Amino acid sequence: MELKEKIRKFIEGNLVVFEDEAEFGDSDNIFEMGFVNSLFAMKLVNYIEEDFGIEVANDDLEISNFSSVDRITAFIAEKQSA
Amino acid sequence: MSESKKEVKVVVWDLDNTLWDGTLVEGDEVRLKPGVEEVIRILDSRGILQSVASKNNFDDAMNKLKELKVDDYFIYPEIHWNAKSTSLAAIQKNINVGMDTILFIDDQPFEREEVESVHPDITCIDAAGYRTLPDLPRLNPRFITTDSARRRKMYQDDIKRKVEEEEFEGPAEEFLSSLNMKFVIHEAREEDLKRAEELTVRTNQLNATGKTYDYDELNAFRLSDNYKLIVCELTDRYGSYGKIGLALIELKEKHWHLRLLLMSCRVMARGVGTVVMSYIMQETKKAGKTLLADFKHTGRNRQMYVSYKFGNFKEVSSDDEGHVLFENDLSMIQPFPPYIDVKIM
Repeated sequence: MELKEKIRKFIEGNLVVFEDEAEFGDSDNIFEMGFVNSLFAMKLVNYIEEDFGIEVANDDLEISNFSSVDRITAFIAEKQSA
Repeated sequence: MSESKKEVKVVVWDLDNTLWDGTLVEGDEVRLKPGVEEVIRILDSRGILQSVASKNNFDDAMNKLKELKVDDYFIYPEIHWNAKSTSLAAIQKNINVGMDTILFIDDQPFEREEVESVHPDITCIDAAGYRTLPDLPRLNPRFITTDSARRRKMYQDDIKRKVEEEEFEGPAEEFLSSLNMKFVIHEAREEDLKRAEELTVRTNQLNATGKTYDYDELNAFRLSDNYKLIVCELTDRYGSYGKIGLALIELKEKHWHLRLLLMSCRVMARGVGTVVMSYIMQETKKAGKTLLADFKHTGRNRQMYVSYKFGNFKEVSSDDEGHVLFENDLSMIQPFPPYIDVKIM
């Protein structure tokens, strides 16, 4: 499965969205679409670390790296090529 | 014998010849040991949780406990024919406390030694000493609050929630809405202080600075015009979680400084930490101030760090000891989730 698809699947399966029927695009801001609480955030970070074998350092924990499917994908790709 | 000095949070009882006289599986007409019910009741009222680790047939033992009218005191009972060390491991995992806060009482030296060999931090005592339990220093907690007297009930409510959550077949939002959660945020009153102190001492994973405060310190903050001390309570349709959050804000001329934020781990999955953060951000914005926050890496509070970063807090400075100063420009405040009814009082 493509990286983007995996991320999208993860978010769809774990983020509590504000509107049930809402479809969200790859560049939509997940912080505006659903309730990004600390549990979701930790799950997301752990998922990225475990499934993609990268380390999310404190400096990496910027909203801009995690705000959409596109951003997360780009972040992972960048870390993996480093 | 374990050297732990920590307060005992859980007492695990063996059954045959410990809780009751006789051996159930041998057909004895078992009877509770004299005075043991009173011991159980006293520990329960102090907020000490109790469980069972017994080698017995599960249904027979549970039925007997129900018949003796003491079944309700025990949560996560482990009744089967496997080693007691596995029972203690399961109990520790289910209740989620440190091994060194568990006390195991059993009449057989073999069982006590078996448990100690696998879990050296668990204190094991001979059943013969059951009457002395209420007098042991480690079983006399510093605080007994209304929350601690209800502790067992709150764990039992949690068990019901977990079962329902597992059996629920819809989207997470629907389940969360069905809980009818009510979250109340208010400034601390004097009667909240004992529980507030207890929270700072007991919580570790969700404490932004790892600091603890005592009653007098908290009372001084409560009374001071330069501080806001905020307490949060959560209830859902199963019952109350009790007071589960605490925040201390220092009110300075140009900015508000969040000195302490902590949430009980028990409500971690409910998203209420983010609600408190949003509330504080909203109030700071209304007051026309900027928001600073203290944080210290404690090795156990990464989730809190993630919360601050995802809450749009940016690091202003940090030192070698893990202290961090955060600033929030209040440009991104998450709304309260629709499934929680938030009341500011």
